[in-house]
Amino acid sequence: MAQYEPVIGLEVHVELKTNTKIFCNSSTAFGADPNHHTCPVCLGLPGVLPVTNKKVVEFAIKAGLALNCQIAPFSKFDRKNYYYPDLPKNYQVSQFDLPIAEHGFLEIEVDGNTKRVGITRVHMEEDAGKLVHQGTISDSSFSLVDYNRTGVPLIEIVSEPDMRSPEEASAYLEKLKAIIQYTGISDCKMQEGSLRCDANVSVRPLGQEEFGTRAELKNMNSFKALQKALVYEIKRQIKINEEGGRVIQETRSWDEAKGVSLSLRSKEEAHDYRYFPEPDLVPMVISKDWVDEIRTTLPELPDERQARFVEQYGLPAYDAIVLTSLKEMADYYEQCVEQFNNPKAVSNWIMGDFSRLMNADNMEINDVRIQPAQLAKMLQLLEKGTISGKIAKTIFEDMFATGRDPDIIVQEKGLVQISDEGAIESIVTDVLANNPKSVEDYRAGKNQALGFLVGQVMKATKGKANPGMVNKLLKEKL
Amino acid sequence: MISLKEVEHVALLGRLKLTEEEKKLYSKQLSDILEHARKLQDLDTANVPPTSHVLPLQNVFREDRTGEHMTTEKVLANAPDRQDDYFKVPRIL
Amino acid sequence: MELYYLTAHQLHDMLIKKEISAEEITRAVFGRIEAVEDKIRAYVTLTRETAERQAREVDKSIAAGEKISPLAGIPIAIKDNMCTAGVRTTCASKILYNFVPPYNATVIERLNEALSVMTGKTNMDEFAMGSSTENSAFFTTCNPWDTDRVPGGSSGGSAAAVAAGETIVALGSDTGGSIRQPASYCGVVGLKPTYGSVSRFGLVAYASSLDQIGPITRDVTDCALVFNAISGHDPQDSTSAPYDQPDYTSYLTGDIKGLKIGVPKEYMGEGIDPAVREVIRETVKVFSGLGAQVEETSLPHSEYALPAYYLLATAEASSNLARYDGVRYGYRYKEAEDIVDMFMKTRSEGFGAEVKRRIMLGTYALSAGYYDAFYNQALKVRTLIKGDFDQAFEKYDLLLSPVAPGPAFKRGEKIADPLQMYMVDICTLSINLAGIPAISLPGGFVNKLPVGLQLIGKPFGEGDILRAAYAFEQSGARCCKLNLLQV
Ligand SMILES: [Zn+2]
Repeated sequence: MAQYEPVIGLEVHVELKTNTKIFCNSSTAFGADPNHHTCPVCLGLPGVLPVTNKKVVEFAIKAGLALNCQIAPFSKFDRKNYYYPDLPKNYQVSQFDLPIAEHGFLEIEVDGNTKRVGITRVHMEEDAGKLVHQGTISDSSFSLVDYNRTGVPLIEIVSEPDMRSPEEASAYLEKLKAIIQYTGISDCKMQEGSLRCDANVSVRPLGQEEFGTRAELKNMNSFKALQKALVYEIKRQIKINEEGGRVIQETRSWDEAKGVSLSLRSKEEAHDYRYFPEPDLVPMVISKDWVDEIRTTLPELPDERQARFVEQYGLPAYDAIVLTSLKEMADYYEQCVEQFNNPKAVSNWIMGDFSRLMNADNMEINDVRIQPAQLAKMLQLLEKGTISGKIAKTIFEDMFATGRDPDIIVQEKGLVQISDEGAIESIVTDVLANNPKSVEDYRAGKNQALGFLVGQVMKATKGKANPGMVNKLLKEKL
Repeated sequence: MISLKEVEHVALLGRLKLTEEEKKLYSKQLSDILEHARKLQDLDTANVPPTSHVLPLQNVFREDRTGEHMTTEKVLANAPDRQDDYFKVPRIL
Repeated sequence: MELYYLTAHQLHDMLIKKEISAEEITRAVFGRIEAVEDKIRAYVTLTRETAERQAREVDKSIAAGEKISPLAGIPIAIKDNMCTAGVRTTCASKILYNFVPPYNATVIERLNEALSVMTGKTNMDEFAMGSSTENSAFFTTCNPWDTDRVPGGSSGGSAAAVAAGETIVALGSDTGGSIRQPASYCGVVGLKPTYGSVSRFGLVAYASSLDQIGPITRDVTDCALVFNAISGHDPQDSTSAPYDQPDYTSYLTGDIKGLKIGVPKEYMGEGIDPAVREVIRETVKVFSGLGAQVEETSLPHSEYALPAYYLLATAEASSNLARYDGVRYGYRYKEAEDIVDMFMKTRSEGFGAEVKRRIMLGTYALSAGYYDAFYNQALKVRTLIKGDFDQAFEKYDLLLSPVAPGPAFKRGEKIADPLQMYMVDICTLSINLAGIPAISLPGGFVNKLPVGLQLIGKPFGEGDILRAAYAFEQSGARCCKLNLLQV
């Protein structure tokens, strides 16, 4: 049986975080009442004309630079013609043959190796509106149209078909998301639709040079969905090949609930978009000066920051990758380290309990109530021995839930570690008196008996006794 | 010559429902017009750039500042059908 | 002469001398409309009440001693493809029969600032596609010189209204000759300005890279006044040119000594009625007599203009007219089973035959496999045509030609043969492809019907055009007198 290799390319749409739409001055704010963020231009009324939002072009150039692209010296908009009720003009203003940026790349880590994935192009376009149905789109006897999202600026980032596994595709999307977020041009929230991903997937027998017929996968609304959809699609295509069938070129929609992809067989026209230059918009000439000016606004990007974290904080590469994958997380980390200079300890906490609690509640960093300074303060208490590691966990959970200061929690709950030698000594004496068997065992050379005795002391002090001191005193007495 | 089948395809692209007579008529008329247009192919334009815009304008931009939105009543005033603040359309297959 | 047959500048003089009121002018024009409109049928919509109210506002300003603009209180008719807030804007199409725009086109805003008085919205070929107004979904407008004949098109309603005294001045739009040809047929003045000099914001698009709004008036002075009011940069139109706008009346000196005028021989060939050629030769003598140097020249790619025009205009139109789908405004087919059915039946019932024909042609020209052969080739031919003009203007200040191959034709005469109808525009459409300005002004008569002459200028050369047109008009040569309709 032949071994098959998947070939994957991704088309990612990112909604840009501008105040206004791409061709009119309607607001892009999320969550307005239906059709409230519209004007004659984005409603496509007869006679209206578009005027390009300069910020959109700047953001697109910024994305191109962050993705190591060449910025086009001459670029233009084109019309992509197709009919759909969420598209007011029944054409989408997009870019066809002269996109704003081309020939870029980004790097991903797969199994400890760095792999470069090519970026074919970045282009600007306008978003469509939203259709609302009762039930599903095909069951409903009618649809309702909301044009608030119509004309919200998008960039589409098209990758080369360079990925060879769902894991690589995921790593690419993670990295792309991180880079775009770092530039500040988009929130990249998959749930809200400000980051959308389509995939082109084909399989070929291992060793074969040419690509197989590809299917386009749509409607993956999370990283998990992308992963599942790719695994499903690759299996489906391999099965067809093994059964001697032929994969047909088509668009398939991922059904997350059912865990299957379904063909979107358009009954006609086979994508004849009749692109032509948008006559209502004039070309863009992008000077080197303009590009350089935008380049100066680029922040430190994930790769650079990751390298710096290894260099400056002595972190393992893994920690650096995880911490820098989200700009907010990396910012949080650095603020914390500034006030508690033990980078690895901070990393352990953020990647450990912090992330665990955050994920359990489906939260984002900005929602977390613990401020970096508070986490630093807690780590100081731990370091000074004011609290034990075990108590620290309890305190951290309280801080996470309430956002209160660690000292207040320690005081209120009386959680200060007992380091008073006299107090511990009397408890040790009691414990030894009450457990003669263990004392005997220890003296007979059974070292594990010591652990039991330590446990008994801790129990008696509700975990507050300084463990080092308990050990020391026990050994002395024995 | 534009065939009836081509006429049907183009009509679908342009979302026009044509009667059989219209299809025949357009098949003939479009053929005549395109026959006339074939004349353009006589010209050697290999080194001629296309002109999409007659004026040499470039980089016409707007600042990213919000303007006024229309009131919802104005937005929906011309709607053939509506429900609440939405435009209402027949089902989508 | 009756008030409704005077020019804007004559009426302005009378207004500021307080010899008449704006309200009287408006009443006179609406009286004339009442008298002749059922014979001419120039208007789709009349806005008498607002017109009278606007006129009274002007009278108040005058009474208060305020300085008024040259167009204040002057009745103006607007082609029904320019959006007027609160006033139905139909493009003479069933698909927009009930559309009331919530906004004003930029030209309407400017006319409002000038306090001109809108009489109503004029008939046209549906979506400006046609040369006779016979493609109006509502009715055909009649030529005031002979009501069996068409007024030309697509701005036929505006031209007929100006000629028949149903307004003082009007706005039309010109994509391939739609201001100049009806102006020629109706014996009035029509200017197609340089592409980008008048904002297209609010002009319902036919072919975006060719469309321009311009004045239709009774004389050259009025033309300059209306052009002054509507031209100039508009940030809402990305294709609007930022340029220093002169006062165009300053060109109306009557002096054209030394002006160099070329007469392209391709515009005086076989396709042109010999009688029209004769009229043009007469006008050449007038210009020579006024001190201009006139000689024959050539625009070698002229024969390719018509097919290039029809491919480009219809391709853009097929996309521009995609938005009429029955979702947000206009006509909707009500019994549709699903959205595609609704789109297709709405559009089939909402659009007339010529519009559908052009959508079909344009869709074909853009579709996969034909783009390079048709659309892109047409864009390249456009470059060559523009090059012809550039070259000619290295030598000449202006070019002179007929506007149309003949005078107004009879209703029904050309409607069955689209190519024949398209031929009517052969002298005008190259100008749109090149984006340059041209005026149609009354040049003489053929069989008692007016025939226009066309003066073509350099980009933003409206000043030179108006200078020459004014000198010609003032020469009192065979230039036609206003038509005093006996209806
Ligand atoms: Zn808008």
